[in-house]
Amino acid sequence: MELTVGANQFFWTADNWSALYDELTTAPVDRVVLGEVVCSKRLPFYQDRIPEAVARLVDAGKEVALTSLALITLKRERKLTAALAEMGVTIEINDLTALAHLPTGADFWVGPLVNVYNEGTLTWLAGLGASRVCLPPELPLASVETLASLGADLGVAIEVWGHGRLPLAISGRCYHARLHKRTKDNCQFACEDDPDGLEVRTLDDQPFMAMNGVQTLSGSYACVDHQVELLTKAGVSALRLSPQSQGFLRVCELYRDRVSGAKPAGSVADEARKLVPDANLSDGFLTGDNGASWSQDIAS
Amino acid sequence: MVMEIVCPAGTPAALRAAVKAGAHTVYCGFNDETNARNFPGLNFDRDEMREGVGFAHKHGAKVLVAINTFPRAGDQAIWHRAIDDAHSAGADAVILADPGLLDYAARDHPDLRLHLSVQAAAANADIINYYADAFGVKRVVLPRVLSVPEIAAINAETDVETEVFVFGGLCVMAEGRCSLSSYATGLSPNMNGVCSPASHVEYQDDQGELSAKLGGYTIHRVGKDEPAPYPTLCKGCFSAGDQSGHLFEDPVSLNAEQLIPQLQKAGVTALKIEGRQRSKSYVAQVVRNFRNAVDALEAGQDLPAGMLAGLSEGQATTTGAYKKTWR
Repeated sequence: MELTVGANQFFWTADNWSALYDELTTAPVDRVVLGEVVCSKRLPFYQDRIPEAVARLVDAGKEVALTSLALITLKRERKLTAALAEMGVTIEINDLTALAHLPTGADFWVGPLVNVYNEGTLTWLAGLGASRVCLPPELPLASVETLASLGADLGVAIEVWGHGRLPLAISGRCYHARLHKRTKDNCQFACEDDPDGLEVRTLDDQPFMAMNGVQTLSGSYACVDHQVELLTKAGVSALRLSPQSQGFLRVCELYRDRVSGAKPAGSVADEARKLVPDANLSDGFLTGDNGASWSQDIAS
Repeated sequence: MVMEIVCPAGTPAALRAAVKAGAHTVYCGFNDETNARNFPGLNFDRDEMREGVGFAHKHGAKVLVAINTFPRAGDQAIWHRAIDDAHSAGADAVILADPGLLDYAARDHPDLRLHLSVQAAAANADIINYYADAFGVKRVVLPRVLSVPEIAAINAETDVETEVFVFGGLCVMAEGRCSLSSYATGLSPNMNGVCSPASHVEYQDDQGELSAKLGGYTIHRVGKDEPAPYPTLCKGCFSAGDQSGHLFEDPVSLNAEQLIPQLQKAGVTALKIEGRQRSKSYVAQVVRNFRNAVDALEAGQDLPAGMLAGLSEGQATTTGAYKKTWR
């Protein structure tokens, strides 16, 4: 089982952004997806640092891809997507719009925000040149098993969302701007204050979701610690780890020890809780009744 | 040309009511998980679909069959059969969202007209033209995140017909890209054809107040005598930072009736009314009003004002993204 670092979902300062990819040159991961997946307005703040980060990760032996945006509507965003194809790096599509701009004949990756729910869609994407697909986090284990098996036949590596707040929805509207009573065009980058998203609580003060600009995430941190053996057996090729502001290098190390067999089930969850002390963990999309549930609550 | 009114029909009775009320086109689905309004007691069995298409055609109306959930891995045959049966029932088009299904329909039924569901969230001309080239898609139902000028810009760059929602429920998230519901309940629009399902709703008396819970999460609380809104996740009450309230969207529904002339100028072909879960009398009334509006427009007359306000969910309506005040 390999480890892939997904695109950072959050808006960090350019220096923190650079520090993440510096750190990942030494992290025990196989590949890294970088670039902006949530909001095109964030990109100018770190865009000029991308080529150097890519070069350093490649030098460190990592496979690298650049992500498309998850929701492409504006002319400027369509141009950005077309420009991705000229960077000479593998592209991970997170909106099917990017298909229209791929360099002819180039292999590409498919990110977790593209709806690959079944054999028909996986086969269609493979025919277009998809070589790696991270399945939507919503999929239950039975779907993962079917698609991983087909992926092996088609020569498409199948990944599953391994760790981090789950991307649940994307919108044309910015909720951070709305919260600050600003319009989207005059958002003043309100999402910058929340490097892991802003927690959204219910009327009973239960942690529930997290807002991240135009994106809505789970409040809980997904963690497949207890499904590693099931996913390995299913033929899943890699776990996807989503950057977080606290202890992300440690998260990578924990999963490396877990998938290599050096540490038992439970080792990642115990440590991950220490990194983000108030965090709830979830693995319900894979094996539970709903996405927010945690298998060990049921077991105990 | 007069704009096409596309009306919902959750039952054969609603289909007949919509056709009699002047619908140019009716859309409906089979009574299973292949469509995004998979509610108990709703939708059509195979015989009803055939009879419904026959009735509509006899009255000069068209029928579109929505097969717009994402097939479950291992069970694609259920969705393929739905396409086969819509085709043999004589449907004028199928409304699809999943690329695998579009591929299947384009290959196995090359004479079947394909519409791209709003659940595909195709929000720009590049992807719309891509779907047209790849599968021969003839019409796209545009996501409810676009403003009127953005719709006009899309129409300027594509030959694919556009259909837009003008009335009824309103998603604030990109359609087909949202798993809030399955996060809380295990059931989602994409996989199960339901959002914030009634099976997971609970109303509870909380010291004189009424709490509405979805999947155990309290997302509305009102005084006992106030109307309790349905706990749809994205329209719930939450707190974040030092704020609380409807952080994502107020419990409003869409009413773009007054924008019909602008939508026509923007090059829109068809106006879609949401609400396959609604009663036949509701459908008939909405259809009649919209048909009158497009006929008035065609005759160069003004639209009647406020014709539908009383029918809207929670009585509060919005023009949604079309007049984008939040941009």
